[in-house]
Amino acid sequence: MNENKTEAQSGKLLEVKDLRVSFFTPAGEVKAVSGISYDLNYDEVMGIVGESGSGKSQEAYSIMGLLQSPGKVIGGSITFEGRDVLAFDKKEMTAFRGSEVAMIFQNPMTCLNPVYTVGNQLIEALRAHDKKITKQEAAKRAMEMLELVGINNVQKRMKQYPHEFSGGMRQRVMIAMGLICHPKLLIADEPTTALDVTIQAQILELMKDLQKKTHMGIIFITHNLGVVAEICDKVSVMYAGKIVEQGPVDDIFYRPGHPYTMGLLRSMPRVDAESYERLIPIEGTPVDMLNPPEGCPFAPRCEHCMKICLQKMPPYVELGDNHRAACWLRVQERLNEKQGEEAVQNG
Amino acid sequence: MAEDKILLEVKNLKKYFPVKGVKGPGVQAVENVSLFIRKGETLGLVGESGCGKTTLGRTILQLHEPTSGEIIYDGKPIFQGQDPWTRDGEGKLVHRKVPKAKSANMLPYRRKMQIIFQDPSASLDPRMTVGEIIGEALDIHKLYSSKAERSDRIKELLRMVGLNTEHANRYPHEFSGGQQQRVGIARALAVKPEFIVCDEPISALDVSIQSQVVNMLEDMQEELGLTYLFIAHDLSVVRHISNRIGVMYLGSLVELAESYELNKHPLHPYTQTLLSAVPVPDPEVSRSRQRIVLEGDIPSPMNPPSGCRFHTRCPYATKACSESVPEFREVEPGHYAACHLLNK
Repeated sequence: MNENKTEAQSGKLLEVKDLRVSFFTPAGEVKAVSGISYDLNYDEVMGIVGESGSGKSQEAYSIMGLLQSPGKVIGGSITFEGRDVLAFDKKEMTAFRGSEVAMIFQNPMTCLNPVYTVGNQLIEALRAHDKKITKQEAAKRAMEMLELVGINNVQKRMKQYPHEFSGGMRQRVMIAMGLICHPKLLIADEPTTALDVTIQAQILELMKDLQKKTHMGIIFITHNLGVVAEICDKVSVMYAGKIVEQGPVDDIFYRPGHPYTMGLLRSMPRVDAESYERLIPIEGTPVDMLNPPEGCPFAPRCEHCMKICLQKMPPYVELGDNHRAACWLRVQERLNEKQGEEAVQNG
Repeated sequence: MAEDKILLEVKNLKKYFPVKGVKGPGVQAVENVSLFIRKGETLGLVGESGCGKTTLGRTILQLHEPTSGEIIYDGKPIFQGQDPWTRDGEGKLVHRKVPKAKSANMLPYRRKMQIIFQDPSASLDPRMTVGEIIGEALDIHKLYSSKAERSDRIKELLRMVGLNTEHANRYPHEFSGGQQQRVGIARALAVKPEFIVCDEPISALDVSIQSQVVNMLEDMQEELGLTYLFIAHDLSVVRHISNRIGVMYLGSLVELAESYELNKHPLHPYTQTLLSAVPVPDPEVSRSRQRIVLEGDIPSPMNPPSGCRFHTRCPYATKACSESVPEFREVEPGHYAACHLLNK
């Protein structure tokens, strides 16, 4: 399959620049996403990590044009294969959604319609985007798709209702439905959070496998760092609507640059730990998004908090190839290095 | 620290839930579980959803009435009942009449045995203030002589779990998930219990908050000499907090060992699978590691497989596995497992 990859498929798939999403609630404006940028290539899996309320799902919804009122994109750009997604009209968006970008959600039970058979729903998804396809062809494709995601006995399964499937099987149906129109980008919003570890392992293996076959880009939203290590090529760590650090997966795990990333890594017990070590939690509670602190949002919980952190948001500092973090500590380090160099030059 | 004294012992405990319109025992949620917990230790209990770990925890506290078996707390039997279900020649379960089970008056034991629930918002009454929620436990067991003593105790408990004393007048919805779970813990501690069943106390919390609560539970244990039965599906957390770990599959205990031993030398094929499925937050490790992926889903506990309940998904299953139930026995000192493969 790899040789068939065309020139276009190796390039940039999605580019998000300075995206801002706000919710205008009666209590005030909530800046759910405030100025995030990243890009994603074909064949690449990007993880978005963050706790609940960090804006990681809202960011994904805005790519799909699924933001619920009172949420609104108030700035920035989303470019998909050179096209401006935010400028799409309703018709273009409908065509774009499903056929080029697909999404799978955390809870498969609430996303499948309980009164239609699984086969019916798969066929409907296909026929909504391909008006010319006949019912028979659509049914055939649906069955192929179910087989691809590892469901046995497809003939019978097509006629069953979602409640007749177990949780893991339902998630497989969701994946089949997402992939049935061969999207170029798959957004997976915590697809394994509701599943048991053994089923989670099955689903992750399946997603890795399918990605190799289809060369799609995947945005994988999760709060589980173990899953990230397993499946992602690069990672964006979000905190209070901002990406505080992004980089290749190895850099994030072995050379984290932001205190929040370090804190997350330290606070997790590891199943392969050699001996008992007390956990080092991140103290404090998550940010109240209605009244976010000035400056760096993580400052009130940060053990290295300095005066400037409470006043100004730090700029990104490049820490390596495509690895950057927004932290005043790193800015200071950079300045010290420069001063050192200048001192050497002047001396 | 764990002592040698055994605080709680469970022998051949069964809990079946009858199902309307279905003949037979119904849902066989807990099947023949035997274990003991030493004073001051933490016993972890892991397994997939639906394996009966929560039911086991609740049955031990007699929040569900056990079907049969024995529960011994601090040397005194608090439940004793004969099994009304026997297997006939074809291996079918048949009901027979047995003497009524003997159960101790639980009220004094409720002071000694407490529970922390999984969902903190669902386990706190939304119409009671936090002070009332914690105080109710004190009222029921009459643990104060004056009003001042009652409010002092509530304040002390709130401080103990890291909340402010003025929080007593607030309602549960005014707190974050992590804080609500702290209230749940304060309520459990109000009666000065010896033994606490922690039923997935952290799975509903954010990652950065989970470790705070885990550390707090550890501190409480040290300070108050508590004994925990820690139920969770996250093996890495259980492994961190527990002295020993029991692994459940479809109602039965399949393996039980020291936490370190279980992770290094899992004997039962199911434990091996479970361990290999846990994602490790380390890209290099997860790239190099071999994973055993199980086929299929967990069978229904209404109609569990014959013999070893795991044999339908076990990669090593032989004919014997589908025929007879493997005995749960001490394979190595302190390391229990139920598997036919280990008997050779």
